[in-house]
Amino acid sequence: MKIDSIKNGLVIDHITAGNAMKIYKLLGLDSLDCRVAIITNVSSKKMGKKDIIKIDDDIVVDTDILGYVDPGATVNVIKDEVIVEKKNLELPEKLTNVIKCKNPRCITSTEQELPQIFKLTDKENQVYRCLYCETKAKKA
Amino acid sequence: MRSLIDILDLNTDEISQLIDKANDIIANPAKYSEKCKGKKLATLFFEPSTRTRLSFEAAMYELGGNVLGFSAAQNSSAAKGESVADTAKTTSCYADIIAMRHPKEGAPLVAAMNASVPVINAGDGGHNHPTQTLTDLLTIYREKGRLDNLTVGFCGDLKFGRTVHSLISALSRYKNIKFVLVSPEELKLPGYVKDVLTANNLDFVQTTDLDSVMPELDILYMTRVQRERFFNEEDYLRLKDSYILYPERLNNAKSDLSIMHPLPRVNEISVAIDDDPRACYFKQVLNGKFIRMALILKLLEVE
Repeated sequence: MKIDSIKNGLVIDHITAGNAMKIYKLLGLDSLDCRVAIITNVSSKKMGKKDIIKIDDDIVVDTDILGYVDPGATVNVIKDEVIVEKKNLELPEKLTNVIKCKNPRCITSTEQELPQIFKLTDKENQVYRCLYCETKAKKA
Repeated sequence: MRSLIDILDLNTDEISQLIDKANDIIANPAKYSEKCKGKKLATLFFEPSTRTRLSFEAAMYELGGNVLGFSAAQNSSAAKGESVADTAKTTSCYADIIAMRHPKEGAPLVAAMNASVPVINAGDGGHNHPTQTLTDLLTIYREKGRLDNLTVGFCGDLKFGRTVHSLISALSRYKNIKFVLVSPEELKLPGYVKDVLTANNLDFVQTTDLDSVMPELDILYMTRVQRERFFNEEDYLRLKDSYILYPERLNNAKSDLSIMHPLPRVNEISVAIDDDPRACYFKQVLNGKFIRMALILKLLEVE
């Protein structure tokens, strides 16, 4: 299987196998006009299997969302077919409008125009809690 | 400008300052009678309350200020669908400080994010109730002369009792506190509060037997099994009488035990205990007014 290299754009590498479609949707890549390649189950020495997303355009992706869904992924920025930057991701301190609070007693359940904000409260166990009611988030 | 949404918004030094101020107000009420002259407190109560609303209002009147507001959601534009954010922005035009109670968790935080005056959380559902915790801390301090080196028993509904969760969080920051958690299996302390105790390496025991732990307690904090926190009436009826404190149960208790309760009570403390010198719950009500006076002064930055 052959996929062209890209001239200017992004390669999201080291995605946990099975996560690529979820990331594709959460980053809104389905609304782009450019070429986007999703490659799944690629052999990896480190991971066994991994997914890769290639985006053939110089866009900015929300690394907070990416860091939340798959903190082990990396983002390579390509300029003139050369990697000019390699970003390692971290769990974001705050997530806005990525996950939704499921607590029926939370103010966001009745006032739906409020932004859904979650804070990282336990880095080690990757726990996010709703800013308003402190309910623990279920992993997206 | 500061608001008070969660008891942990205040550090222990600030809590000590509030307790000192409340004690000074108790000793010298006349000194404070005009401190808030010309200031207005808005009490926005979207849910019924006796003690909290009246104590906020009494606190502001005793500081020489005035009070406006409503005591039920149907008496406000919330009944027409106005958002909490808009209510907070509107009220900021009329008042210098807001006290808000709301059935939805996080509503006072939304108000604080949108108001241009300080907001005090006067209870948001089963979530936080920081001024009750300040009341409890003032009461413990006045009864025991300290907030450290205590064995504190919590009895009843430890699952839904927001006053219990807040007081445990607040006391976790003091030295040598031993927590004794007495409840039926179904109403045990939730995991996330227990995590605070475990993470801070704090001494605690969980039991279903109040009588066996009674002799070691310095404080006994009783709680009501709250009908409004249950989705299922049958569960409420089965558990509501789990722990009732009657005089004989105190036979093995310390002579200087302090019995506290955030009130209202239903039947979990027998009225026969009201005259026992160890009963502190009505003193607690009075302390609630004084600590709220101290808090209003602090948030309005009145010396």
